[in-house]
Amino acid sequence: METKNIMIVGVGGQGSLLASKLLGQLLISRGYDVKVSEVHGMSQRGGSVVTYVRYGDRVSSPVIDKGEADFIVSFEELEAARWLEYLRPGGQIVTSTQQIDPMPVITGAAVYPEGLIEKMRAAGARVDALDCLSLAREAGSAKAVNIVLMGRLSHYFDLPEEAWMAALEAVVPAKFLALNKKAFALGKNA
Amino acid sequence: MRKLMLGNAAAARGLYEAGCAVVSSYPGTPSTEITEELAKFEEVYCEWAPNEKVAMETAFGASLAGRRSFCGMKHVGLNVAADPLFTISYTGVNAGMVIAVADDPGMHSSQNEQDSRHYALAAKVPMLEPADSAEALAFAKAAYEISERFDVPVFLKMCTRIAHSQSPVIPGEREEVPLRPYEKNIAKYVMMPGNAIRRHPVVEARTRALIAFAETTALNRVEPGTDHSMGIVTSSTCYQYVKEVCGDRYPVFKLGMIWPMPEQALRTFAASVEKLVVVEELDPFIETHLRVLGLDPVGKSLFPLEGEFSQNLVAEKLGMAREQGVKLAEAIPGRPPVMCAGCPHRGLFYTLNRNKCTVLGDIGCYTLGAVAPLSAIEMTACMGASVSGIHGFNKALGGQSEGRTVAVIGDSTFMHSGMTGLANIAYNQSNSTVIILDNSITGMTGHQQNPTTGYNIKGDPAGKIDLESLCRAMGIRRVRVVDPYDLAACDQAVKEELAAPEPSVIISRRPCALLKYVKHKAPLRVNPDKCVGCKQCMRIGCPAVSIKEGKARVDETLCVGCGVCAQLCRMDALESTEKEG
Repeated sequence: METKNIMIVGVGGQGSLLASKLLGQLLISRGYDVKVSEVHGMSQRGGSVVTYVRYGDRVSSPVIDKGEADFIVSFEELEAARWLEYLRPGGQIVTSTQQIDPMPVITGAAVYPEGLIEKMRAAGARVDALDCLSLAREAGSAKAVNIVLMGRLSHYFDLPEEAWMAALEAVVPAKFLALNKKAFALGKNA
Repeated sequence: MRKLMLGNAAAARGLYEAGCAVVSSYPGTPSTEITEELAKFEEVYCEWAPNEKVAMETAFGASLAGRRSFCGMKHVGLNVAADPLFTISYTGVNAGMVIAVADDPGMHSSQNEQDSRHYALAAKVPMLEPADSAEALAFAKAAYEISERFDVPVFLKMCTRIAHSQSPVIPGEREEVPLRPYEKNIAKYVMMPGNAIRRHPVVEARTRALIAFAETTALNRVEPGTDHSMGIVTSSTCYQYVKEVCGDRYPVFKLGMIWPMPEQALRTFAASVEKLVVVEELDPFIETHLRVLGLDPVGKSLFPLEGEFSQNLVAEKLGMAREQGVKLAEAIPGRPPVMCAGCPHRGLFYTLNRNKCTVLGDIGCYTLGAVAPLSAIEMTACMGASVSGIHGFNKALGGQSEGRTVAVIGDSTFMHSGMTGLANIAYNQSNSTVIILDNSITGMTGHQQNPTTGYNIKGDPAGKIDLESLCRAMGIRRVRVVDPYDLAACDQAVKEELAAPEPSVIISRRPCALLKYVKHKAPLRVNPDKCVGCKQCMRIGCPAVSIKEGKARVDETLCVGCGVCAQLCRMDALESTEKEG
């Protein structure tokens, strides 16, 4: 099988590392070769962050390059737009509609662009946008946005629900499992 | 069982399985997790040292005593540890000693993009370079064998994309290694001139033996290709990019031992292909070696010296350009890293900005004090340079700079390399003001304990160095502590210490807002009837505060209720949401 590419993008501190851990666990349990690449350190302090997840029969590079991503999973609209050129033609964006002003917007040096989802669609991307923050709160914690997004992403995968649940159980502490299962289901069925 | 493992965790696993018993490191992205993972194994003694030089000497001491040892650091940390490195190369080891060094091409979290492979060549210390997690595990084990067989410390060289990428590994069992009894050997271990002069030929003979080893070791391998019009010599992540782009088309010489490199094996490979190409990030290290061998590879005439490579870059340079994605026409505002909401450094930097201080900075989260709107820091070079630098600055300018210049340095960085600079201030008496930003943790690298926190790497109680007593003991008479959440107190402290006619230290003390034990207050809220939209609260650059429709707004998901913004508001519009009673 040809290598598949999933990018997880967002703002430092939003929980993308747990999402990539879940995907990594899921895909390795399915017998794939898997590479997950993260960046730690300075850029995590509220900056733009990206995690690459690649799987297939044989995965070489740990990163995803421009024009290669089958999926971009985004915690935030501006970040989805920032990484758009990494999407392959016909690729799918799954994004939360949350908007977080970056410092240049806060200080007035730049403006947060409007209508990004329509603009990404106009550029040819398939975009699945949903209010993950509200769904996460409905599940019991604003921090569960990552799992809501994973639930939504599962929609596009031909994998049994049990495999996702087993991966979830492997990466989430037991006391938060029920909450996260609910978040996953809310994302999946939204 | 096959497991997905971070490169750094896999390196730690390999060291553990090889019987590593003593570990001493200083944290630094992207090397930190190797030591953090090792600390999870009960059989391994593990610690954070005050700096990399101390860590390497500690690891050397343990090796001398007969236990397999390890120290890990980032590329710039190796500069600090270079002094012991060059001479431990002469003494050799007793039990195996492995040094991990992690480069950061692309500078995701570093102040420069130096290429650590030069240290292997310069110190004549072999260097292994894994290309994924499975190799990180295997090479860590191989490093101990080479160390003991050739009587030499061995580098395990990581880089960001190997250290922070997960790929499958199959963990094995730990092998307990018997103690290698220490034996007194003055000629080998006391490097005074008369002895060192006899050790140097030993080092050169060892290098010749290592080159012979490099010719046949399985750490290096030739992967055959179907198209001999080109052959590629590469290592580490670049190997992965080459395979991603070319598959098995061209023959590849994959170097797992990057120093010393083989000679005959590379000549044979070069002779088997029409064109020899070197794909390596940063400096032409492999390329230069091939030139010394009399070969004529294509390397840096084609590939950049700067930054990280990727599959698209390698494809383009090899004439195999691929389809790129589409961009939005409009500009996407950048999202640079910022100090967190509630960061204790913010109030202090606001004070320095208000007082128009010249601020010499240092390495840590607080380097972000250079970013708008605080824009306070004017120099950052390396660990400790703020404290030594201000002394030189004030010696050069005297009264012109003394009353307005400060050095800022974190608690961990002060213990690492700031103390010696302060000794110079106290000894040679420059009228300098040093501000220690004590957030009670090593912040940027992800919350590691240090000698001032009172806890060790496992979180157990440990010795605790008292910063006030330390500074006083070094001869600084003016030492005071302020709370950086109290802007009036910060302003008074900075003004008074700058005015004082002698050296001074201000300790700006409040724990990092991200520490688990720190209790946050309820978020603030803007009273729209009071807010006049004057933007005073925006001057601290807090990510939780913004202006929407002419009024300030606080993001309640980010705000931790530190109250610094409220101290700037003349209308008392920023109110607590704390429930009364």
